[in-house]
Amino acid sequence: MVNKRIIELLVGLFMLAGIIAMFVLALKVSGLSMYSGHGSFHVDAIFDNIGDLKVRAPVTIAGVRVGEVGSIDIDNRTFKATVGMRIDKKQDKLPADTTAKILTAGIIGANYIELIPGYAESNLKEGGLITDTQPAIILETLIGQLIYKLGGDKK
Amino acid sequence: MITWIESLGRIGLLFCERAGVSGLFLLRTVFRRPRIMRLFPLIVEQIYAVGVLSIIIIVVSGLFIGMVLALQGYNILERFGAVEQLGQLVALSVVRELGPVIGGLLFAGRAGSSLTAEIGLMQATEQLASMEMMAVDPLWRVIAPRFWAGVVSMPILIAIFCIIAVFGSYLVGVEWLGVDAGQFWSNMQASVNFRIDIINGIIKGLMFGIVITWIAVYQGYYVVPTAAGIGRATTKTVVYGSLAVLGLDFILTSFMLGGW
Repeated sequence: MVNKRIIELLVGLFMLAGIIAMFVLALKVSGLSMYSGHGSFHVDAIFDNIGDLKVRAPVTIAGVRVGEVGSIDIDNRTFKATVGMRIDKKQDKLPADTTAKILTAGIIGANYIELIPGYAESNLKEGGLITDTQPAIILETLIGQLIYKLGGDKK
Repeated sequence: MITWIESLGRIGLLFCERAGVSGLFLLRTVFRRPRIMRLFPLIVEQIYAVGVLSIIIIVVSGLFIGMVLALQGYNILERFGAVEQLGQLVALSVVRELGPVIGGLLFAGRAGSSLTAEIGLMQATEQLASMEMMAVDPLWRVIAPRFWAGVVSMPILIAIFCIIAVFGSYLVGVEWLGVDAGQFWSNMQASVNFRIDIINGIIKGLMFGIVITWIAVYQGYYVVPTAAGIGRATTKTVVYGSLAVLGLDFILTSFMLGGW
């Protein structure tokens, strides 16, 4: 039989490994609070249609991930979607006239937001608002328009 | 015809008796006089035997299951051009089902069988009876620490299994097959919910731990005290334990998907 102290040590390590595994599962796999709190700033964007965008979807600039979607709400007066984004603190030089559009990764891939920096002198501040946006492209709408146009040609 | 019905009745009665005995056995094990401070060192010793020594088989099988899931998932998702969804596929299937179930089956084979054989041999060589002669309660001294050790170890083993499997799928999917690492994690994080997926997976692990250890100590304690009896009891532990895990998994899943 192994020495008692070694047993206790190993059991302690075992319990510790379990606790660490739970933490990693919580943080890395289920993504509890990834960009939350410090290290990021908050920017809102208003979209006509967000398509299949989900909370925690990536926010990219030129294809590089710089943040994530924090909240999705509907404005109850204009009936447009307000998407709150948490963007990495390092990207605080974004021009104020930055535009946002919702893109899809591949045909059935997940939606994400692409920011396209503008040319303004002033920068986007904490709590800033992006109003110049491009809504998600809904495949069904697109196909509907296509069929409508094809039908129109025959006449 | 009458004898056939008679034998059916006998089987039914025997089943009820077994269920009652094992249920009372579990109750007596759990609700011992709570001398928890003196029980604690015994539990630690058993966690070493049940949990720490099981870690190798759990880690190795977790790694390979994660890797093979990534390989299979990649080949199918590639047809739809959706390989970014690999992280989601692996994480959900491992955390929800494969982790607890395969962990449970391995636990029944690795730890359950050794518990039954150990207690069975103690019973056959009348060590438990002699303990009673010395006014030491074998349920308290032998059974309870092993039971609690199994209940504590199982969720920890499941958590480790899940993490290693996700890591294994990362190795194959990202490092080898070239899925984008950011997409891998972000799709996984977007679809895995801590409360619904991970906590429920760990709850499953806890339930399986209770059931497997219960079966193992019961089979060991009520063994037919011969060499053949111990062998049969060990086999029964593994078979009943595995079947209980699979059956219970279905029931728990149907509860959990029902929004419990």
